[in-house]
Amino acid sequence: MQKVVKNAKEAIQGIQDGMTLMLGGFGLCGIPENSLDALVDAGVKNLTCISNNAGIDNVGLGKLLRGQQVKKMISSYVGENKEFERQYLSGELEVDLIPQGTLAERIRAGGAGIPAFFVPAGYGTEVQGDKEVREFEGKPHILELGMRADFAIVKAWKGDTKGNLIFRHTANNFNNMMATAGIITIAEVEELVPAGELDPNQIHTPHIFIQRIFQGRNYVKQIEFATTSD
Amino acid sequence: MTLDKNGIAKRIAQELRDGYYVNLGIGIPTLVANYIPEGMDVTLHSENGLLGIGPFPTKDKVDADLINAGKQTVTFVEGASFFDSAESFGMIRGGHVDLTVLGAFEVTDQGDISSWKVPGKLVKGMGGAMDLVAAAKNIIVAMQHTDREGNSKLLKACTLPLTGVKCVKKIVTDLAVIEVNETGFKLVERAPGVSVDEILSKTAAPLAVDDDVPEMNL
Repeated sequence: MQKVVKNAKEAIQGIQDGMTLMLGGFGLCGIPENSLDALVDAGVKNLTCISNNAGIDNVGLGKLLRGQQVKKMISSYVGENKEFERQYLSGELEVDLIPQGTLAERIRAGGAGIPAFFVPAGYGTEVQGDKEVREFEGKPHILELGMRADFAIVKAWKGDTKGNLIFRHTANNFNNMMATAGIITIAEVEELVPAGELDPNQIHTPHIFIQRIFQGRNYVKQIEFATTSD
Repeated sequence: MTLDKNGIAKRIAQELRDGYYVNLGIGIPTLVANYIPEGMDVTLHSENGLLGIGPFPTKDKVDADLINAGKQTVTFVEGASFFDSAESFGMIRGGHVDLTVLGAFEVTDQGDISSWKVPGKLVKGMGGAMDLVAAAKNIIVAMQHTDREGNSKLLKACTLPLTGVKCVKKIVTDLAVIEVNETGFKLVERAPGVSVDEILSKTAAPLAVDDDVPEMNL
């Protein structure tokens, strides 16, 4: 089966208005830049986006927000984005805030066929809501559900033509789990090599999880807070 | 004399032990890294997927693929490893991280903490704070004893939305080190030159005080 597609435009074929997308990255680190640009060009709307953060103004997911393409954000932290703030305060944008570890685990569980699980995070807070509470080893936990998406879009450092992925440094973050939780998963990579060239011992995401892959280009990799010692 | 931010960080660094895995939150907690005792093996965990955070990079070593949970550029130390967010929070939830240090708006004498949301202001999200406080084995809060208006941040009940309940074990402020135990707050140490009376007057919850409360040894 041919998984390699030419570019982001081809990769996002089938993404329609109203769909749920998972988008990898932490802040602006490890975000699928090419696919985000293609989604802006395609103009799909009413998207529900599952992503740890919402980009910053005009960068990353901020580009989709600027075009009012997002109906709902499911995230753990959404600061540093004025357009987001405006749409949220005016009620144009729905926001579901989830503790980061719970968000990560809901995605992992979704991809691993686990419909629900208990965690202690959020017990006794507004996150608990009307969720089922159960005590394990003397400690209260709340029931959280696994999560999947119509499309997951991830970004890796290296990938091969079968869809195996390797991430670099902290650019892995949510990408590895999201790859498992898309009904269709798109991977964009900085370097695409023929199958067999990546060391099987070093693969982070095995190709079973990937349906489409392409060589990305012109990565900007903007840094949110360049903090230096000199 | 009240402690400045670095003083608070320096006092918290005295809680570190050889072999500890530690998660430091944003703000004062990050400064604790500057006071790890020489020769002590302490590994810093970043919830976005790095075990073994190093110092901030020099300008020529800045790497967009290498950031901490505050989204600042960092470096990594020898023996470091990278992993995804689910595994990272597995380290926290599974009790593998020995100590978490984080900031707070309010802490109660039951160990409840508010740190993520002020109603009426823009809500940015809890990030990983709820996961950290719900699961870490040992949680130390680093904060000012009072807010800008002089109101105590140590209370009987939080007025702001909670981050977690019954989880904080110790609080280090500009005035004091306070333990949270079964019976409530207990004053353990005071900042150099700060009186027990001053601490009592700025703590809006019962505070157990022994006859002799030592000064911090900084």
